[in-house]
Amino acid sequence: MKIAITAAAPQLAAAVDPRFGRGAYFVIVEDTNPPTWQAHENAAVNAAGGAGSQAAQVVAQQGAEAVISGDFGPNAYLALAAAEIKMYLLGDSKTVAEALANFKAGSLTQVHAPTGEGHHGGRA
Amino acid sequence: MRSSLRTGVHTTGGLRTDERTTSGAANGGAPLRIVVASGKGGTGKTTVATSLALSLAAHAARPPHFLDCDVEAPNAHLSLFGAAAVGQPVAWAQREDVPILIPQVDAAKCTACGKCAEVCEYHAIVVLGKKTLVFPQLCHGCGSCTLVCPEGAISETPRAIGVLEASMTGDGIPFARGLLNVGEPMATPVIRQLKKWAMPAEGVTILDAPPGTSCPVVEAARGADYLLLVTEPTPFGLHDLRLAAAVAAELGIPAGVIINRDGIGDAGVEQFCANVGLPVLMRIPFERAIAEGIARGRTLIDIHPEYASQLREMVAQIAASVQE
Repeated sequence: MKIAITAAAPQLAAAVDPRFGRGAYFVIVEDTNPPTWQAHENAAVNAAGGAGSQAAQVVAQQGAEAVISGDFGPNAYLALAAAEIKMYLLGDSKTVAEALANFKAGSLTQVHAPTGEGHHGGRA
Repeated sequence: MRSSLRTGVHTTGGLRTDERTTSGAANGGAPLRIVVASGKGGTGKTTVATSLALSLAAHAARPPHFLDCDVEAPNAHLSLFGAAAVGQPVAWAQREDVPILIPQVDAAKCTACGKCAEVCEYHAIVVLGKKTLVFPQLCHGCGSCTLVCPEGAISETPRAIGVLEASMTGDGIPFARGLLNVGEPMATPVIRQLKKWAMPAEGVTILDAPPGTSCPVVEAARGADYLLLVTEPTPFGLHDLRLAAAVAAELGIPAGVIINRDGIGDAGVEQFCANVGLPVLMRIPFERAIAEGIARGRTLIDIHPEYASQLREMVAQIAASVQE
């Protein structure tokens, strides 16, 4: 199973990025033993609007079945839900590796509704 | 074109009134579209725009049209409909929804090829696996997705994002405004539609622009004959006046400045105007009587009736300058 985690840098040891649509990188981990991973720069970071829907599309194209991030706005939520990708909150996870470990331990909260209000065209 | 307005600058101290010239310019004939803008919010755009319209209405055979383009927070009706508008809504004679066309995907025809998602500048349509999803709030209604769809799977359905409202004021001013629905992010289509709906082909039209210098202001200003920039003589007023003047230059629209709350702040605005050749058409002093009157919902020319002739004279000068 592939899991996408929003990260500040393209590494397993990198700090997590709490934003989904405008997170810097997606680290996509294949849950094998040992795990393999790939990092993707998030092209939606500077999108004028629709960062959430665009980021969801990227994650779906990478074949991720779950996403771990700090916040899922209404557009991101709708898009990820439509792609049947499960969403989890980072909780206390500080790094990508920690988030992965917490996910495997089953200690992350799954999201069943948008967690933010959306940002409409980059407004705060 | 500017030379005659420069004369206006030097006479602002005590603009002489010549009603014959003025009413000539304010009456019918070739269109004169004056957009009142500012960059900075709260400088007195609506105060100036409404008194400008009222002063023309009082002396012209044909009162000017008024378009409130500040569609996120239109409030010019409070001044133009007088007491009737305070505390209770205006009974609008005409109302019309502003729709934008939103794509609708026929799942039976869609092959999830992703061409629509690629062309969409706003990520309002995305392809997730075999599903194509539309985000109506992100859609600007450009229609590109419909055009590029090779399967003809996309049709367009209207979605209302705001409303246009119009009525005649008690002073005989044909008034129209746009109102963006709460929660809608895009003001521009409402302003564009308002201008199509209510802009007359001839005569004077006063347009009250929204604050700022981005798309909504540009949409309000597009096609204007003159941009009246209301500012205040402070570093903040100056900062935003620079931006507004740049918008005017970019759009190629002649502009002039009204300095409101004259007497406060510093000489920065004055110097800037002199340096770039922006005429200062009028100065409204920082004065307790004005502040108190405005705070009670009175208009500028109700507080200072003598401003009415100054405003008319200013329009006459603007008319003369743009017809040159």
